[in-house]
Amino acid sequence: MAQLVTNAAGRQVPAAINGHAATPFQGVGKFHPTGRKAAPPLRACSDYPMDGNKVVDSIKTALTNAGLRDGMTISTHHHLRNGDYVANAVFAAAAEMGVRDLRWFPSASFPCHEPQVQHLESGVIHHIEGSMNGPLGDYCTRGKMKGMAVLRSHGGRYQAVQDGDVHIDIAVIAAPTADPFGNATGDRGPTACGLLGFALADSEYADHVIAVTDNLVPFPCVPWQIQGNNVDQVVVMDSIGDASKIVSGTTQITKSPDRLLIAELTARFCDEAGIVQDGFSFQAGAGGTALSFALFLRDMMRERSVKARFVRGGSTQYLVDMLEEGLTDYILDGQTFDLEGVRSMRENPGHVNTSPFTSYNWHGKGNFASMLDAVVLGATEVDVNFNANVVTHSDGRLLHGIGGWQNCLFSKCTILPIPSFRDRIPVLVEDVTTLCGPGELIDVIVTERGIAINPLRRDLHEQLRGSSLPIRPIAEIKSEVEEICGGAAALPELGEKVVAAIKWVDGTVIDCVRQVGG
Amino acid sequence: MSKMGEAGQRGPKIRSDCWIGVELRESGGVEVDLKSKVAGMFGQRITALLQEGCEILGVSHAFVQVEDQGALPYTLAARLESAVRRAGHDPAAEFLLPMKDHGLATSAADRLRRSRLYLPGNEPKFYVNAGLHDPDGVILDLEDSVAPTEKDAARCLVRNALRSVDFHGAERMVRINQGERGIEDLEWVVPHNVQLILIPKVEDPDQVRAVDRRIEALQQQHGQQTPVFLMPIIESALGAWRAYEIGVASEQVVGLAIGLEDYTADIGAQRTLAGTESFWARAQVLNGARAAGVQPIDTVFSDVTDMVGLRESVIEAKALGFVGKGCIHPRQITVVHDAFAPEKTEINRAKRIVTAFEAAEAQGLGVVSLGSKMIDAPVVKRAQTTVATAIRVGLLTENWRELDGAGVPGARIDGKLTESEKGGL
Repeated sequence: MAQLVTNAAGRQVPAAINGHAATPFQGVGKFHPTGRKAAPPLRACSDYPMDGNKVVDSIKTALTNAGLRDGMTISTHHHLRNGDYVANAVFAAAAEMGVRDLRWFPSASFPCHEPQVQHLESGVIHHIEGSMNGPLGDYCTRGKMKGMAVLRSHGGRYQAVQDGDVHIDIAVIAAPTADPFGNATGDRGPTACGLLGFALADSEYADHVIAVTDNLVPFPCVPWQIQGNNVDQVVVMDSIGDASKIVSGTTQITKSPDRLLIAELTARFCDEAGIVQDGFSFQAGAGGTALSFALFLRDMMRERSVKARFVRGGSTQYLVDMLEEGLTDYILDGQTFDLEGVRSMRENPGHVNTSPFTSYNWHGKGNFASMLDAVVLGATEVDVNFNANVVTHSDGRLLHGIGGWQNCLFSKCTILPIPSFRDRIPVLVEDVTTLCGPGELIDVIVTERGIAINPLRRDLHEQLRGSSLPIRPIAEIKSEVEEICGGAAALPELGEKVVAAIKWVDGTVIDCVRQVGG
Repeated sequence: MSKMGEAGQRGPKIRSDCWIGVELRESGGVEVDLKSKVAGMFGQRITALLQEGCEILGVSHAFVQVEDQGALPYTLAARLESAVRRAGHDPAAEFLLPMKDHGLATSAADRLRRSRLYLPGNEPKFYVNAGLHDPDGVILDLEDSVAPTEKDAARCLVRNALRSVDFHGAERMVRINQGERGIEDLEWVVPHNVQLILIPKVEDPDQVRAVDRRIEALQQQHGQQTPVFLMPIIESALGAWRAYEIGVASEQVVGLAIGLEDYTADIGAQRTLAGTESFWARAQVLNGARAAGVQPIDTVFSDVTDMVGLRESVIEAKALGFVGKGCIHPRQITVVHDAFAPEKTEINRAKRIVTAFEAAEAQGLGVVSLGSKMIDAPVVKRAQTTVATAIRVGLLTENWRELDGAGVPGARIDGKLTESEKGGL
């Protein structure tokens, strides 16, 4: 049983994770690490082929050359999303080689990674550090994983690599296009995904880097998003992923009238809060509500001839349209969600490839995320103190990753448009099941039943005084939801065992997930 | 032989509803077998609710199976009662949840009825947020949107919704079925503070009177004080022909609505976007309604994706004299309200006319004049209506006279009209 300590948010968190001491959350902006960044080992270029051809015949050969052995850490990345073939191929090869107790360090996992369950069962994988949903989330929640999972934000992953919290032995980078030297890009090829920012830290800090591609082009692969000078070996596969599951043909805005109402209220709030002005910036995700918000905002911008300086992706055709229409000077993109996004990233110099380093990293000398005028995010639960949960549902089960969510909370105005309940499941609660984002960073909740402004944001309260928008105290909306749902929901029955630690953006432990079910 | 009954909807795609199967037994008490996506949060409450329901319904021994996809209590209660009735059990009493305060509001004959949002009677998932889209009325529909085999279940659900769901100030309307079934529908809704009954396919004033009589009887029986208004829907050539008679068939009639799908079929025409085929009927219903002193209400606009077309359609209806439009999607409501709202020049002109009229009245003058123009009484009346409407829809404040008098920019009381404001005088 893990020893627990109480952190600054009042949450009980493990004092050690998989045998290594962990620092409990100390408060927002309170943790100031010292020392020097981690670094990869020194290499000599004379150890690499002078002709620049680093191609080997298979993943297994590459892993053997890399010296894979028991207990190592292998990283993969999620830019191929639910179409990824590479992570499964890597662990199938590792299983064939008979290694055990690996740490899998994906930037995120998807339902397509269900085959990894067999490697967790057989002992090839010891535990996962990265977001889990679907079958893997379920496996972890049931307490079946040998080690404790660790969930980090995109920025937190970069931070953990940079400060040595996670040492990557072998990074395997799925590359939609690469050359034999290892230069790689995601913006073209049969499995184009847009960009490879999630793999950037790994390419620079891992002991050994393998690029896996299904579109090998003669040197040079231009542009290179991953530099071949950081890559040890290149492997060619028939296909690295299912293109139809990597990006969608078109992203869909929501048709739900209730979500449209929430999106419209969010846009009107931004307007009345004075955010929508020439030169402003915003970020909204690719979920149905966030996309619809962007469309309402676009209409507002057109009507008043307001132009944004930059918007941050995940990009979609809607953001691309705004860029091409001149409603924004730039898209600073972290990932591309549809084919239009990929095309624009490839063709438009105003559509800029960014990474967690530029936007989210705790050890960076500043971040793009905190410069945004407004960010629109989702959540599974929000409590009366504006604390939010994004990884578990109210039944305690691990269902989502953190993504860039925690990092984005640092924007000038963080807005969560959420339904106040889903069917009979309350989203506004007394106390979040899992704390992922401290309430002090969450400024506004927009629900179909009203808009709640964090009492800490007196300026926003002042600005919106006399507004015709339905601004209400968060507790009042929560009471209304309980009235509709027939009382407050019973709390889930959580086990004693800690199955996952939730890291804050600075690497401290903000909360943990307990076992549910068996 | 045990008796079985089932009601509701099940399957992974169903939301906010449940399926309940009831097997009546001879002994063993009530056993509840619950499968619910909210079992951990509300399992005990759900089981307790169903136990209580069985007791009220007079079911002592039964096996109650539930597959729940997050149904709210009023839905669970309705599905249980329907399943018990379908099992052949004659309930000792209805299983009613407490009447919520918001269900007790009274309506007014002349309230705004610009938008009425249709909600399919047997689909609980649409109910709970309907009022948030701010329609003037919600129509809980027992007629065309409900399959013939589900009429009984829809009655239970609509009754429970009237008692439990907050429609946020929208007028609580129910569209009953045609004929005898419609008369029977009334006992499920009248005692539960329905505010307006839509009567479908009316072509004879006696249909209205029959509904009126049944409502009165039910109100006496249940000691109901609040009025229940009527809105006959004209959907046939004969109905259109007799629009005025239908409009005056009862004191409780507050509006006449026209439904064009059935009407065009009845006259043997195709419904077109231009609507030439229905122009006579619309004009007839409009005049019948006005002659009877009730609100003329236009048909629905059925393409939910075409907001531009909707807006044009409402502007056309408004130009003809209609004051309301049916809505089949919540996103239509704002468009309808905006299009029905008086325009700024219209309001400004009306304000001047009203001001001039009041000034003339104060001075004891029999004639109202603006500048050199004399204003007729009907023009004054229309201006008063426009001002009242502008106040109701929030485009003008109650104290506009003081604000104008205090020299608000753009407000003039010199009686002179600008060129654009002269139109229509």
